[in-house]
Amino acid sequence: MSPLPITEADLQAYVDAALPEARRSEVENHLAAQPEEAGRVRTYLTQKQALRSSFNPILDEPLPANLSALASPPPTVAADGRHRPLLARWSLQRIAAGFLIALVSGFAGWLAHDRYPPPESLARNSPLPRRAAVAHAVFSPDMRRPVEVGAEQEDQLVAWLSKRLGTPVRPPKLGALGYELIGGRLLPGNVGPVAQFMFQDGSGQRLTLYVSTENTANQDTAFRFAQEGPVNVFYWIDGKFGYALSAGIDKGKLARIATAVYDQIEHK
Amino acid sequence: MDSSAILAEIPRLRRYARAMLGDRAAADDLVQDTLERAWSRLHQWRAGSDMRAWLFGIMHNLRIDQLRRPRLSAHSIDADDFDVPTRATQNDQLELRDIESALSRLPDEQREVLLLVALEEMSYADIAAMLGIPAGTVMSRLSRGRERLRLIMNGEQASTRLRVVR
Repeated sequence: MSPLPITEADLQAYVDAALPEARRSEVENHLAAQPEEAGRVRTYLTQKQALRSSFNPILDEPLPANLSALASPPPTVAADGRHRPLLARWSLQRIAAGFLIALVSGFAGWLAHDRYPPPESLARNSPLPRRAAVAHAVFSPDMRRPVEVGAEQEDQLVAWLSKRLGTPVRPPKLGALGYELIGGRLLPGNVGPVAQFMFQDGSGQRLTLYVSTENTANQDTAFRFAQEGPVNVFYWIDGKFGYALSAGIDKGKLARIATAVYDQIEHK
Repeated sequence: MDSSAILAEIPRLRRYARAMLGDRAAADDLVQDTLERAWSRLHQWRAGSDMRAWLFGIMHNLRIDQLRRPRLSAHSIDADDFDVPTRATQNDQLELRDIESALSRLPDEQREVLLLVALEEMSYADIAAMLGIPAGTVMSRLSRGRERLRLIMNGEQASTRLRVVR
């Protein structure tokens, strides 16, 4: 009996090692006689390997707080005042306890889901992006006095804002993205001081980073996007810190800068 | 319900979401939504069934929902809107960035199947069941996706910053 012709599906399954042994050797014989096909199959194998090399390192990254929080009680601010809810630091017992609580809460929530409307995500109701956008709209167009303390006195600016906010705050470095710090100021937040850092690019386009330390709800978020009139805002919450990056530039560009800011703040 | 099973799946969900969306923040948002939905639908999970397939199925459905209403909500960061964040540019990284860039240019449904096969090592039958499509469709998406990726990598190695074309 002559072997069945080799199909495209056979070649794909060969790449994925999904063929029975007998069929596999038939495909190998076929490829030995078809160098062009063989080259294509080799490329597919290389692709597969490249995808793994490219994305497998993500498996070893520490989980972001907002994700590990979904497997345990909301993370709290550590005793030293710094927010470090890394999974690695938690004992198995705490994780297990967290699961139990999450499980019970989830079940209770399910029981109650007819009675109560679904809870809105905290971040979506947060006043943070709105306050940040207003602060941006007020100060960024000011040509002569956009900031209280200029970048030439960055050390003093950092020391002053850190002292007033009661916790170390520091502007990110965005030179690689074309934005230089021009300075910062203190602003009133909901219950106390917040900080605003302002940056400018070569064309005079300005963006501001609003830093609040007033979050008490212990719910971290990933990036959120909000729009207030012409001002686009990306914001996120990390422990007691709320960050909002505002500018009148398009969302894509701003997202890229926000990613850089996030990386600098979270991986300091 | 083996709770630690969910925790064990989170890194895989992140890897897949990042490869699908090309952007870390958007990917983690998607994972967060997936987990929230999983907790809220725990009653739909059948004990003893495959937790990973269940979670990936939820993520797939969320992604479909997002694509159907792309302008809604705070989750609207789209990989199309901006370049993938820059990363280290040592030589050995260049090739990886190329494949990520090429990957982002595949149609969603081809990229999805390609990644489920390459990263998750799911069987064709499991992918078909999870996506609710015939096995033949899985094969044709896989085949077309691989060939398209090959052509992109061959033809455009010179240009690095590529816009997503759908």
